[in-house]
Amino acid sequence: MSIAWYLAVSAIVFSLGAVGVITRRNPLVLLLCLELMLNGGNLALIAFSRMWGNGDGQILAIVVMTVAACEVCIGLGMIVALYRRHLPIDVDELRELQG
Amino acid sequence: MSAVLFFIAAIGVVSGAVGVVVLRNPFFSVLALVAHLLSLAVLFLLLRAEFVAAVQVVVYAGAVMVLYVFVVAYVGGEGETLGERLRGVGAQGPVGSGLRLGGAIVAGALLVELLIALLGTGLEAVSGYGAGYAPGPHAFGTPAYIGKLLLTRFLLVFELASFLLLVAAVGGVVLARRRGGLGEADEGGEEARTPLNLIRPWGTGTTAEGSGVLPADQARPGRADRAAEIPVETGAGRPS
Repeated sequence: MSIAWYLAVSAIVFSLGAVGVITRRNPLVLLLCLELMLNGGNLALIAFSRMWGNGDGQILAIVVMTVAACEVCIGLGMIVALYRRHLPIDVDELRELQG
Repeated sequence: MSAVLFFIAAIGVVSGAVGVVVLRNPFFSVLALVAHLLSLAVLFLLLRAEFVAAVQVVVYAGAVMVLYVFVVAYVGGEGETLGERLRGVGAQGPVGSGLRLGGAIVAGALLVELLIALLGTGLEAVSGYGAGYAPGPHAFGTPAYIGKLLLTRFLLVFELASFLLLVAAVGGVVLARRRGGLGEADEGGEEARTPLNLIRPWGTGTTAEGSGVLPADQARPGRADRAAEIPVETGAGRPS
């Protein structure tokens, strides 16, 4: 399959993640949709890496996975802290930081 | 053969992503994301990224998703389906269903724009099949190739990533730790046994006491009644 097919799949995955981030309210699902968007970017990176026969894209994909793991760690820590304080697990009701 | 494998994996990737967005229960969303990641690893293999595919399966679909499953099992809670969300059934906040529908439309426009940008580009290599590939122990995408790149050209990136992981681990512990005064049930019983609590007097050493907001006796709610027992012995008296 040509590289364009992989790029199309990555665009679809990224957009699906964007739909989830915009429309869902549960922060757990929100984090999952962020993972989807990062994975769409990863797929494009690796497709371009294959296109040029250059390994830099794969290194960048590994770094993106590291950053995603850090984001999951912090995000899940925040969700557990919210749960401990008996705050609603709902991003629409957590509006205290709004300017 | 590779075309058949591509379409099977691509259908898995897209349906897994749809499942993450649409499914009601967060637990099933996590399972859909695991299916999505496994299919994505197949796509990575087709793109000759063997090491990244292995890392994806072991670290991402394995370790990170187990963390997700633990937190979902701990927090629980029912989500709401995307259809209800768009119809505004579950909408209670100021953000109405119209804006949600607008969000979906914006994301659709984003998809069209991305497809135009990626597929309508003037690069001829996009419609090609990639650069040449020679199999071998040090070929493109193998662990030896990635390891050599990581430890020579991208050594700084590698070290920065490890430092970022350390900071995130410390941050996760700090965010999710059990703070004193949150749960009255375990207050005191666990903390009274630590060596520092034996040395210093009751109720001291807290931020509230140091800033002068609270007197030392009432600095900690769990400590207040215990600190109030001391004046009984010294004769200060306490209405009983």
